Amino acid sequence: MSENQMNGAEALIQSLEKVGIEIGFGIPGGSAIPIYDALYKVRRKMKFVLVRHEQGAAHEADGYARATGKPAAVLVTSGPGATNTVTGIMTAYMDSVPMVVITGQSVRGMLGKDAFQEADVFNLTMPIVKHSYLVRNANDIPRVVKEAYHIATTGRPGPVLIDVPKDVGTEACTVGLESEMNLPGYKPEPKGYAPETIRQIAEALAKSQRPVIIAGHGAVLARAEKELRQLAETLQAPVATTLLGKGVFPDSHRLSLQGLGMHGTAYANRAVVECDLMISVGARLDDRILGVPSQFCRDAVKIHIDIDAAEFGKLVKPDIRCRGDAKAVLQDLLPLVKPGDTAEWLKRIDGFKKKWPMGYAKKGGLHPPQVIDALNKLTGGKAIMATDVGQHQMWAWQFYHCDQPWQFISSGGAGTMGFGLPAAIGAQFGRPGELVVAVVGDGGFQMTMSELATAAIHKLPVKVLIMNNHYLGMVRQWQDMFYDERYSGVDLEGNPDFAELAKAYGILGLNLKRAADIPKILKRALDHPGPAVVNVEVVHHEEVYPMVPPGKPLEDTVLEHPRRKRGRPTGRRSRPAPAAAKKA
Amino acid sequence: MTTELPTHNLSIYVANRPGALARIAQTFSRRGFNIDSLVVSPGATGDFSRMTITARGDRNGLEQIMMQCSKLVDVLACREHTDEEVVARELALVKVAVDSAHRGEVLQIADHFRAKTVDLSEKSIVLEATGSSEKLDAMVNLLRKFKIIELVRTGKVIVARGERET
Repeated sequence: MSENQMNGAEALIQSLEKVGIEIGFGIPGGSAIPIYDALYKVRRKMKFVLVRHEQGAAHEADGYARATGKPAAVLVTSGPGATNTVTGIMTAYMDSVPMVVITGQSVRGMLGKDAFQEADVFNLTMPIVKHSYLVRNANDIPRVVKEAYHIATTGRPGPVLIDVPKDVGTEACTVGLESEMNLPGYKPEPKGYAPETIRQIAEALAKSQRPVIIAGHGAVLARAEKELRQLAETLQAPVATTLLGKGVFPDSHRLSLQGLGMHGTAYANRAVVECDLMISVGARLDDRILGVPSQFCRDAVKIHIDIDAAEFGKLVKPDIRCRGDAKAVLQDLLPLVKPGDTAEWLKRIDGFKKKWPMGYAKKGGLHPPQVIDALNKLTGGKAIMATDVGQHQMWAWQFYHCDQPWQFISSGGAGTMGFGLPAAIGAQFGRPGELVVAVVGDGGFQMTMSELATAAIHKLPVKVLIMNNHYLGMVRQWQDMFYDERYSGVDLEGNPDFAELAKAYGILGLNLKRAADIPKILKRALDHPGPAVVNVEVVHHEEVYPMVPPGKPLEDTVLEHPRRKRGRPTGRRSRPAPAAAKKA
Repeated sequence: MTTELPTHNLSIYVANRPGALARIAQTFSRRGFNIDSLVVSPGATGDFSRMTITARGDRNGLEQIMMQCSKLVDVLACREHTDEEVVARELALVKVAVDSAHRGEVLQIADHFRAKTVDLSEKSIVLEATGSSEKLDAMVNLLRKFKIIELVRTGKVIVARGERET
C-alpha cells in the first residue's frame, strides 16, 4: 500500500466522521486492532472514550443519543467484545435509539472455523438490530457506513451493526470516501398516509367529548413537542405520556395526566378508561401501559399514529391508523382541528386528580420518592435524569417532573438493569454543560458500576443516587404481592460500601441516611464540580403504587398495598419466581 | 400436522444481500408460523430475488409477519395472494420402487397426471410432474400404493395474473 492510500479501517474511521458521528465508545481487542490503529492515525474530530466493559459502551452511546438525538459509535472487538454489546444493542433496539456498532471480526479466511474470539455476530444480533452488515471488501466500507448512519437515524431509529473482519480493515480501500447508497428496499416515508386519513382523524376528534392523548417516544424523536402541545390546547384534551415520552408534554401543564400504565398515575389510567377517543402520538401501546390489551379503551375510538406500520394492531386494533412521522402528521392535522368543548370532561379529570393524588410515606425511615421529590425541587426539574430499572425507576418517573423532552433517559422496552450509570455518562458527554443525575438501585448499579472509572477519568460531573434498599426491590414487591412473601433470590446482603467504593475511584462518595439530611447531602453532591455518588440508605420494604396488577385492566389500578392477598398473575400459576425476574 | 390453520401464499421481492433469507425466516419462526415451502430464485433483474413462501397460521399473525417483513431494509415488497389471483406451479420428482410386473400401472398413473419418466431402471422409476400442488398431492397419494423410495418437491411458485404485481 502506498503512503497516501488508506486501508479499510482508516476508511471506516474517516467515513464515520464524514457522516457526522461525533463520539465513539469502546474497548479494543485482537480483531479490532486495525480499527484502533486507524483511530490513532486518522481520527480528527470524533471523540473516543475508552470504557471498562462493552455493555457500558453500548449504553453510553445509547444515553448520548437519547440526550442529543444524535447517534454515537460503539467500537469493539470480535467474539466476547461483540457479545458483551448484545444487551446494549437490544436495549437501543427496543426503545428505537439510533446507534452504529462496529465489531471487529476474525479474518475472512477463518470465518466459520471457530477461530480464536470468533463469534457469528452478524447472525447473533440479527433479531435486535434495525439492519446489519458483514463487510467482505474494504471498498464497500464508505458505502456501508453511509447506509448504516442513514438507516439508524431515519424512519423509526435503531441500532445498525457493521462487522469488520480484521483483514478487511488492513486491505487497501481504493474507492475514496464518496459513495452512493444502494438501499432499494428501504422506505422510511415520514408521510406514509393519505390526506383522507388526516380528515378522518379530524372528524373523529371533532365528535369526541372525552378525548385523551397518549404521547410516546415517537413524538420525542420527531421533535413534535410544539405541535403536540398545540393539539392538546386546541382540543382541550388531557395528555398522558409513556415512560419514554416523558417531558414531550410538560408534566407541569394543566392538561398533563403524567404517566399511564402499570405504575402510571391513577388519574391517567382512569381518564384512559373513561375516554371516548384515544389518540396515540408515537406510542407503540405496549403491554406495560395497556393493562389487558383487549379491554384497553374498549368503547373508545382508537387512533394510532406511528412511523412504523408494524406497530398497528400488534396488541390494540386501531380504528384509524396513520403511518407517519408524528411531527409531519400533527402539522397536517392541526389546521383541521377545531377547539374542543371538554369543560365537563376536564372537570371530571380534576376530580380524579383530587381523589387520587400522587403521594408517598414520609415517616419511619428514608423513602425513595421523598428523595426524588427533594431532588426535583432542588433542581427545578431541569436535570437530565437517567434511571436504571426497577422500583426507583418508577418513582423517578412519578416524582421527577420534566417539562422538556430529551431529559428523561430510561430503558423502557428492554428493562435493562445496569443501564442507568453508563446512560448518564453518555448523556453527560452529549450535553457537557448540563446537570446529569443517575438514579439507580443497588442491584442495577452493581451490574455496570465499573463505568465509574469512565466518569472519574473524564471528570464527568455525573451525580449518582443509589436508592439502596439492599434488595432487588421490584421483584421483592411482586413476591410480596403475588407469591405469598416468598422472597427468593432478592436479598442483596453483602453490598459493598458504595461511598467508599466511589472514593476508591477518586469520586466524591456520600451517605444519606436521615430525612433531615436530604437537602444538605443532595446539595453537596450537586454543587460538587466532579462526579459524585450518594448512597441513599432507604427503607428496605417499600412498594410502588399506583399499580395495575399484571393481567388486570387499567380499571383495576390499586393505590396501596392490598389487605387481602391477590391471586398470582395469570400465566405464572404453577411456577416459582421467574428466572428472568430481574427484568420484571 | 395442524390442518385447521389456513395456508397463505406470500411473495417477497428482496434485494439480493447476505442475510436477507435469514432475516425473513426469523420473522416467521418468532411468531410460530410453520413454513410449508420456501422457494428462493433470481428475480427478473440480477440484483433481486423472489421468495415464494407457503405458510400456515392465523390471519392476525400473518398481517404482523407481513408488516415485519416489509419493514426489513432489504425487502422491496411483501404481498399475499389468494389461489385465484395467481398462477401457481410446483414440480415433483418421485422415485418409485417398481419392477416390470407393475410398471404399466405406474405409467398409467403418470400418464393421467401428464408426468414424464425421466429415469428408469429394473427396480425403480423416476417421474417428473408439474402442476398445482394439489395435483401433485393427488398423484403422490396414488403412487403410495407402490413403494415411494424418495420424493423431492420444489415447493410452490406463483406469479400474479394479468396486470397485478406478484
